[in-house]
Amino acid sequence: MESTAPEIFSAIPLTHYILLSAALFVVGLIGVMTRKSIIIVFMCIEIMLNAANLMLTSTSAYYGNPGGQIMVFFTMAVAAAEVAVGLAIIVMVYKNLKSTNIDVFNKLKG
Amino acid sequence: MSWIILKIIFISVIFGLSLFIAMYSTYAERKIAAFLQDRLGPNRAGPFGLLQPLADGVKLFFKEEFIPMKADRWLFLMGPGFFMITALMTSAVIPFGPDIIVDGKPFSLQATDINVGLLYIFGVVSLGVYGILIGGWASNNKFSLLGAIRAASQNISYELAMGLSIIALVMMSSSLSLKDIVDQQAGWHWNVFYQPLGFLIFLVCAFAETNRAPFDLPECETELVGGYHTEFSSMKLGFYLFAEYINMFISSAVLATLFFGGYHFPGISSMEPGILKTALSVGVMFGKIFFFIFFFMWVRWTLPRFRYDQLMNLGWRILIPLAVINILITGAVILYKMGL
Amino acid sequence: MIDKIFYALSIATILCACMVVISKHPIRSILFLVATFFLISAHYVLLNAQFLALVNIVVYAGAIMVLFLFVVMFLNLNKEVEPYKGFLPWLAALVGGGSFFLIVISALQKSNLLQNENANHSIGLVENLGNVLYKEYLLPMEISSVLFLIAMAGVVLLSRKEKIVNE
Repeated sequence: MESTAPEIFSAIPLTHYILLSAALFVVGLIGVMTRKSIIIVFMCIEIMLNAANLMLTSTSAYYGNPGGQIMVFFTMAVAAAEVAVGLAIIVMVYKNLKSTNIDVFNKLKG
Repeated sequence: MSWIILKIIFISVIFGLSLFIAMYSTYAERKIAAFLQDRLGPNRAGPFGLLQPLADGVKLFFKEEFIPMKADRWLFLMGPGFFMITALMTSAVIPFGPDIIVDGKPFSLQATDINVGLLYIFGVVSLGVYGILIGGWASNNKFSLLGAIRAASQNISYELAMGLSIIALVMMSSSLSLKDIVDQQAGWHWNVFYQPLGFLIFLVCAFAETNRAPFDLPECETELVGGYHTEFSSMKLGFYLFAEYINMFISSAVLATLFFGGYHFPGISSMEPGILKTALSVGVMFGKIFFFIFFFMWVRWTLPRFRYDQLMNLGWRILIPLAVINILITGAVILYKMGL
Repeated sequence: MIDKIFYALSIATILCACMVVISKHPIRSILFLVATFFLISAHYVLLNAQFLALVNIVVYAGAIMVLFLFVVMFLNLNKEVEPYKGFLPWLAALVGGGSFFLIVISALQKSNLLQNENANHSIGLVENLGNVLYKEYLLPMEISSVLFLIAMAGVVLLSRKEKIVNE
């Protein structure tokens, strides 16, 4: 996998990567807005996070600035912690409300 | 011949060799078990029973294939496939021998030498959980699901200790590439002498990752019928069992590469590069791999099986602290040697 | 040649992400999401960010998705039984998402991305990334370990059974 100057940096302009990340983000956004099962909504949030990671990595690779990839590293760490806690919360809520449909999660409504 | 044709030939050879060694591991397991239990093994099919794996394969092909009624059809068919894929993928980064000279250019006996080879192995091992989970879920059977969840939780618990035990090794060799790790072990500098605790932890985790006794709770017949492969028959079951032996072969290869010097042997590595040196080194590598495969089988028929809570206790509360202590000691020794 | 690889990977990524959103079986959604992560890792490899590609596989596909699978199996979620409430929510979501995408496209049209001719293209390799991580970003590294400790404590606390109080 080692190479001196990968050809992708001259073949594909950076705007293509930004558009790809935006498209992935929009797909995740549509999923969050439409689906009714809490697990699927959570997975679409992960798609959005990954789209942002892709944009950070591509920008960092094109400009030779390692800060973008470091940020992705920390984002992945935080996402892992967030998924663990979020899934624990979902399991607890399922135990109490017996359903994963988000329309039922309205106990805090006034 | 062009480089890519050579690589394709090499990859097919490694693929065929893994399947062949896994096939004859089944035969070796039965013969070694027989030897340890003071009886004869299979000796009917062919001279000394050498055609027994072929007979087993033909038997598996001819069994009836059925899919349980409410099972998810696509996932049921894909489960064994996932397991087999992750079992075979690891062999891509293992160095099987030193470079051979072809048409004046060195050709390395390693399918690809990526910078992050060790991390790749770790990643593929993490993916091995999916084959078990998907197979257990798709069977639509409570016992399968229970066996699958036990196997998956065992797998992910021991994968942590495995990763931690490798970190001390990487600190010493300053490189994640498997070829560099092997080349630094030339002569008598095998890593097992420098990292004995790391080797022990990695060995125990390799047993747990391949679901071999004494960690074979997920698939023993006395506990959970058949565990996650209860509902599988014919060649799908064959894939699961076969992939387990391929996993064992690959774990032995990784153990030999990381801790026992790979293809190096004092005396052989100082010869000039040539056909003889390559052939002897490849022979040394396979000798080490076969020794570890024998060790896997030896332990299976010696130790009793762990109970589930004993297994979890060992993985989380004993191996992980030991691995962290190993990292601390290695770090302290490296700093001391650097003169701080 | 490499731009064909890029276009094929991009189309496959967006297709798998769409299948995550559309599919009715939760398990199939999870498997499509794992495929999406693999394809994104392939993009990282194209960009020579090797360490991130493998860490993506190990963390996302190897750990987070296994957590998701465990939860779906425990909750025994089979085929979705949510009623189909018509296409209006989907239309609204498409309009909202589509307008967001249009904003991004128009912002890119107006912008003028700088070029960096002598960029160092090997910052994605492990050694260089490790150097930067442990020299300039040491404090966030150490704080993230505290973050993991808090997350672990939180999860264990959340899943404890409540003690039965004797009245």
